[in-house]
Amino acid sequence: MGEFKVHRVRFFDYMPTAIRAMAFNAHTERLALARMDGSVEIFNFTDHYFQEKVIPGKDSRSIESLCWVGGRLFSAGLNGEIAEFDLENLRPKYSLEAYGGPIWTIISNTQRTQLAIGCEDGTVKLFEVLEEHIQFERNLDRQKGRIISLSWHPSGTHIAAGMMDMIRVFDVPTGHAVQRLLVDRGFGGSKSRETVVWSVAFLSDHTVVSGDSAGKVQVWDGHTGALVKTHLVTKWDVLALSVSKDESSVVAGTSEGTVIQFQFIAPTLHQQQDKEWVRTRTFKNHTHDVRALAEIETAIVSGGMDTHLVVRPLLEKFDEKSHASGLRKIHFPHRNLVSCAKKAGLLLFQFPGQLELWRLGDSDGHGKPGDRLPLKRKPEKLLLLKRKGEDHICCSALSSCGGWLAYSTVSCVRIYRLQTDNNNISITKVSKLPKALRSAHQLCFSSDSSKMFAASSQSSVLVIALTQSECKYVHTLKPKSGSRQPIHLMTTSVDGKWLAAANSDCEIHVYNLQKLKLHCMVPVYGSCPSAMGIHPTTNNMTVVHADQQLFEYSIVEKQGLHNVWLDRDTPVTHVTFNPKNPNQVVLHDMHMFCIIDQSLPLPDQKTQFYNQMTLRSLSEQERPSHLHAFKICKTFQDLLCVSLLDDQSLVVVERPLLAITSQLPAPVRQKKFAT
Amino acid sequence: MVEMEIRMVHRGGSKINFREPVITHDSRFLLCAAGESVNVYSTSTEEYVHDLQGHTDLVTGVVLNPSNHLQVYSCSADGTVRLWDFTDAILIKTFIIGYPIYSIYVSEKHGGVVFLVVPMANYKSSELFQLVAVHLPHSGDQEVEARELSAVLCDVSPHPGAASFGREGEYIAAVKGLQLEVFFFKKQKSYRFSLKSGMKKGAKNAFTCVSCHPKEDCIATGHEDGKIRMWRNFNQKKEYTYSTLHWHHGAVNTLCFTPEGTNLLSGGIESVLVHWHYTQENQKDFLPRLGAAITHIAVSPDGSLFSTSHSDNKITIIQSCVKVSAVIQGLVKGDGVWTNLIIDPRSKALVLNGKPGHLQFYSLHRDKQLYNLDIVQQEYIHEEGLDQFEVVKAAFDARGDWLATVEERRKKGAELEINLKLWAYDKLTQSFVLNTTVTTPHEDRITAMFFSPSPETTMLVTTSLDGHFKAWLLADHSDANEGFWACDFVGGYHLLKPGCCSFSADGSLLSVGFQEVVTVWSPASWELLTTLSQPPGAIRDLCFGRLSCSKYLLGASTKNQLCCWNLLTCSLEWSTPMDVSLLQTDPLSENIAAFCSQSGSSDLFVFKPSEPRPLYSQKALCTGKVQHAVFAPRDQMLESCEERTQWLNRSQLYFFTQHMDLLTFSTKTEEDRLLASSKQLMVDDSVAVTPFYLLLGKHRGQQLEKQEALTNPMAERTQLPQGSIAIKELLHTPAHVLPSASFLCAMFVRSLLISSSSAREEKEHEEGEMEREKEEEDSEGEADPRLGESAAWGPPEEFGAPALTKAQERELRKVKTFDHSWLSSLLDC
Repeated sequence: MGEFKVHRVRFFDYMPTAIRAMAFNAHTERLALARMDGSVEIFNFTDHYFQEKVIPGKDSRSIESLCWVGGRLFSAGLNGEIAEFDLENLRPKYSLEAYGGPIWTIISNTQRTQLAIGCEDGTVKLFEVLEEHIQFERNLDRQKGRIISLSWHPSGTHIAAGMMDMIRVFDVPTGHAVQRLLVDRGFGGSKSRETVVWSVAFLSDHTVVSGDSAGKVQVWDGHTGALVKTHLVTKWDVLALSVSKDESSVVAGTSEGTVIQFQFIAPTLHQQQDKEWVRTRTFKNHTHDVRALAEIETAIVSGGMDTHLVVRPLLEKFDEKSHASGLRKIHFPHRNLVSCAKKAGLLLFQFPGQLELWRLGDSDGHGKPGDRLPLKRKPEKLLLLKRKGEDHICCSALSSCGGWLAYSTVSCVRIYRLQTDNNNISITKVSKLPKALRSAHQLCFSSDSSKMFAASSQSSVLVIALTQSECKYVHTLKPKSGSRQPIHLMTTSVDGKWLAAANSDCEIHVYNLQKLKLHCMVPVYGSCPSAMGIHPTTNNMTVVHADQQLFEYSIVEKQGLHNVWLDRDTPVTHVTFNPKNPNQVVLHDMHMFCIIDQSLPLPDQKTQFYNQMTLRSLSEQERPSHLHAFKICKTFQDLLCVSLLDDQSLVVVERPLLAITSQLPAPVRQKKFAT
Repeated sequence: MVEMEIRMVHRGGSKINFREPVITHDSRFLLCAAGESVNVYSTSTEEYVHDLQGHTDLVTGVVLNPSNHLQVYSCSADGTVRLWDFTDAILIKTFIIGYPIYSIYVSEKHGGVVFLVVPMANYKSSELFQLVAVHLPHSGDQEVEARELSAVLCDVSPHPGAASFGREGEYIAAVKGLQLEVFFFKKQKSYRFSLKSGMKKGAKNAFTCVSCHPKEDCIATGHEDGKIRMWRNFNQKKEYTYSTLHWHHGAVNTLCFTPEGTNLLSGGIESVLVHWHYTQENQKDFLPRLGAAITHIAVSPDGSLFSTSHSDNKITIIQSCVKVSAVIQGLVKGDGVWTNLIIDPRSKALVLNGKPGHLQFYSLHRDKQLYNLDIVQQEYIHEEGLDQFEVVKAAFDARGDWLATVEERRKKGAELEINLKLWAYDKLTQSFVLNTTVTTPHEDRITAMFFSPSPETTMLVTTSLDGHFKAWLLADHSDANEGFWACDFVGGYHLLKPGCCSFSADGSLLSVGFQEVVTVWSPASWELLTTLSQPPGAIRDLCFGRLSCSKYLLGASTKNQLCCWNLLTCSLEWSTPMDVSLLQTDPLSENIAAFCSQSGSSDLFVFKPSEPRPLYSQKALCTGKVQHAVFAPRDQMLESCEERTQWLNRSQLYFFTQHMDLLTFSTKTEEDRLLASSKQLMVDDSVAVTPFYLLLGKHRGQQLEKQEALTNPMAERTQLPQGSIAIKELLHTPAHVLPSASFLCAMFVRSLLISSSSAREEKEHEEGEMEREKEEEDSEGEADPRLGESAAWGPPEEFGAPALTKAQERELRKVKTFDHSWLSSLLDC
């Protein structure tokens, strides 16, 4: 596999923000997830939970609630605005002031004709969903106290609203409140504090389920307003509720980080009439508040303050154990936040609000494999570049010579010229940018730094020529397919001849840069590409998909891959090549990096996949018969980037999860046994 | 049958916590398996009422007969199921199954069927068990063979808590290892649910017990890591679901739903009864400080009483969930008996390790624990794997004025902690009071400790592995307050480790065994008198002969040698190759009992050192080594002239088997006597029959009567004649032997009227009537000619009114006399 000098980088203080809201679209099987910083992520649950799209956040935007209406995604937040997102251009399409103060929640009816929002001033406002817009329709009876949560009865005639100390049931046609369900306060000291009904669920049999700040999950009869059952589940708050599609199960997320399942079960096995809600399982996958929750067909999806998304499969829905029935935790974004200048040995880290440029450390020591070398020069932070404006950075790029730096937000693209001589660094903003370059989904420099490529709307790529002082628009590359989906991956070949761009429709287009023309379209595979790269010498393209399939184009790998490889649960996010050894491809995901040696045969199902240990124990003669193409290294964990520099040293950017956890606020206090 | 005359018997000290007890329907009695019998206790007074004897091996289960709540089934390892009438301790039927039975389950729905756990037929020796259903045949015979077994579940756990009947007996749930199996009788189908071992995550998911909700389809299972899982929807392979409750930090030993299913009770090593509210699992109540780990929980059928069995051989009865109302304490058998068996000279009680850190005083005659003496005086922490102080040695002086105890804490890797405590008997408080504590009396473990039996001095000798023996004396009597103990002499012999010591009967000689060498010392001058040695083999046990044999010293060595030295000649008198594990002298005679272990079982020899032939020998007494035995002096001497049983005349030999069963030897005559005395005690009103009650209750009753008579002279007059024996009899006679109701009705109603005659007259009538009845009994069948009196049927002047001819009257009387004699004959047998 070869030996490398490794830069083990741990100074990227990447900090994901807390998950605030979640909405699952059962039709398209997409999960929309809103974070505290106002960004929205779309996960494709049919494609190995791949993070398909990211809509960058904005300082003034806060999202409290998300809601799908068909394929359209709406959000509402404490800034009092309702926004619809443009999922093709990854930006808000429009936003609308609701004039009701901060908005706590937004829901739609099952008929997809109306939206309802709950406002701080105690109104429930109904909006009509039009073709391209939404329009205010009317208010329901105004209440005293804020509306925290809403749930629409599946028939569309009633809305349950969770408020302070009570739940109201509204009749939608008349707009009057028909029921008033009083929620008890907590015990002891919290008696004086108002109970916040954080979440309600209106079931089709007119049962209302509520979760409140006193730690109760309560079941009410919506017709009579009678309390049917109280489950005291936590000392703290019940923050989120979600109902399964067949309404046989309700999950509740609490401040203690637990997700508690309730099932609608008959007390006796043979007579299935008098069912009741019984507390059954408890899942504990979070350390902090579970703020967002969705129960989908086969799994429970939860997220919260501890920033990671957990997909907990319901094992009874699976016939046998498979990789789909394993617990999945998604910590890192499925895209690159690190760009590496291979020639210059610089690293660019992308944060939502800033960019950091670091120079790697240097060492001239030698040692045995596994040793730590002494540093001659420490890694150094050269530059901290704060973005302008409210919009968060959505992508960034560093040219391989280290002379150019570019980033883009939703509203603008900025390109900087970097000059480093020894210890002095100067940065100049390129002032005149072509008009066509307004925003980009992806940025990429050619290997000789003479061109920059920016992925623009409708899968088109702008080609910008860079000279010492200015940049000039050259051409727009357009795909033939007419796809409107955004490009999320882009790569160029070393010789500067080819550019490959992949979009969310799973299409990969290869452009000839000399002719500035579409060269070909790679055969569409059913899963989204998660990483790709073009080989420096052979110009073969290697593509890794979200379902862990690995293709090399021009010579298509026909043989099936090993199951151990296919069953990994985090997508490969980066592909790079070893310029010295053309047979070696370097891939990495969150938990490992892997060098694929194309000169060796692929492992078949019977061979041992992780064979380094056995190889070491074998003699020189036996070794070749056991070799296979995949060499896995798990020494480094929680990887954000693995890249090979031109000087044959490997850069490994780690972000230990413990470091993220330690930066989170303290969780709620819980009495732990024996403490 | 001379051989059979001496019998080994379980006398007292049997395990009452072995199986789950049963509380009867009226909550008056508690039945529990105790050794080879079933004991019946009163729940209100915790007093032993009687026992159900008949099984010839360990009783392994007791359940109420679901079709008759006055009957109880018991099963035993002897392969029989017996049906008893527990109120009168009558064996009704014996069903012979033919396999050792480990537990029994019954359900109301399955009438006439009992479910038993027996070893798998093909693997009799192995550890595989199956649950079988047995149809109990209807037959008039006392002993019935029931060999039609039909297997229900294979490979079940023999532990009785590992299976439970579900709602209305529709299914049975059984757990073993990591698997729960539910068998539905209607569909004849079973579902299995497995858990992962969970070892990786630090959980121990193995099942320990199971209990089914009586009204709903919910199964509660207990687990080794203290979790309780509530299973629902278990008639499906995949869509089943469970919720988890977790409070216990140790394994859940037992689970029990209350009869209405509103509560779930659980218990474990924490010795806290946890009381979960069904459907509101967050709410739970606790009953803490129950003393020892809970092993079983039983609930009375009306739910008013709970009983918890504990690992220290105790049953606690709990009233209305919160109040401990009674404690039935058996002989505490902790982890081991380190102190040996000792007889307290004062109370004649058996003294041994009791609760952790305690000594228990157990009355052998009454089979009752007298009290516990807290030796360690530290809080015991109910958790496994902790090193805590334990009492390892105890000794009484000859008069019972002093008690010496040694406690030690064995810590892995750390220094050994030893305390020697001396306790003085306080006559006022009737208990022992701590006098002196010596911390670290020796550097190493103490191997033996004895008081000098001489009446002049109170001296204590301890031997230890540190190579010394020490003599302790009560110092300084002159002080106003009592003296304290101090070390008087430290002795040793060539740095050898002393293993045992013994005083001669008069206290003039002390022998200490230093490995192969026996040294004899004079305690008066601490002079080494002589050394005796008989290699090879270290001396394991030493004892002096008594009375006429006091010139002999006996020693048992590890190399299968029993030696007897004559102390006058200082030479070996005799020796014999025996692997003696224990030597025990009878304090009241010359007899010495030697327990030998041979090929996995123990033999007993009782002999006099001066005589070549043993008085008594018994081969293969029990399996395993006998480590603890004691001669308990009798209250009354037996006067047996039989040569073989003479050694039992003065004292009784008790010993502990490997499995901690307390056994003793008994003769036929003695058993007969005991049986007779127990018969005497039986009184028909069996609730709360304590000797105390008999004494006080009678007295009080009389007093009450007197008082009533004094304060209210009219009381007797206003008393209704329901109390009349004749009426009672009429009501109790079976209907089919009585004349028709219409015939009796008028008479009966009239008899209920208050008679106008004076009270005294009535009394006379009654008396007369009783007398007459006696006569009637004697002259059975004779028609009574004295018809004129007719006292039984009320006042004569009223009786005359109905149109009853004399012939009819006679007929009626005949019926009555006949009937009564029949009843009385039944009562007699």
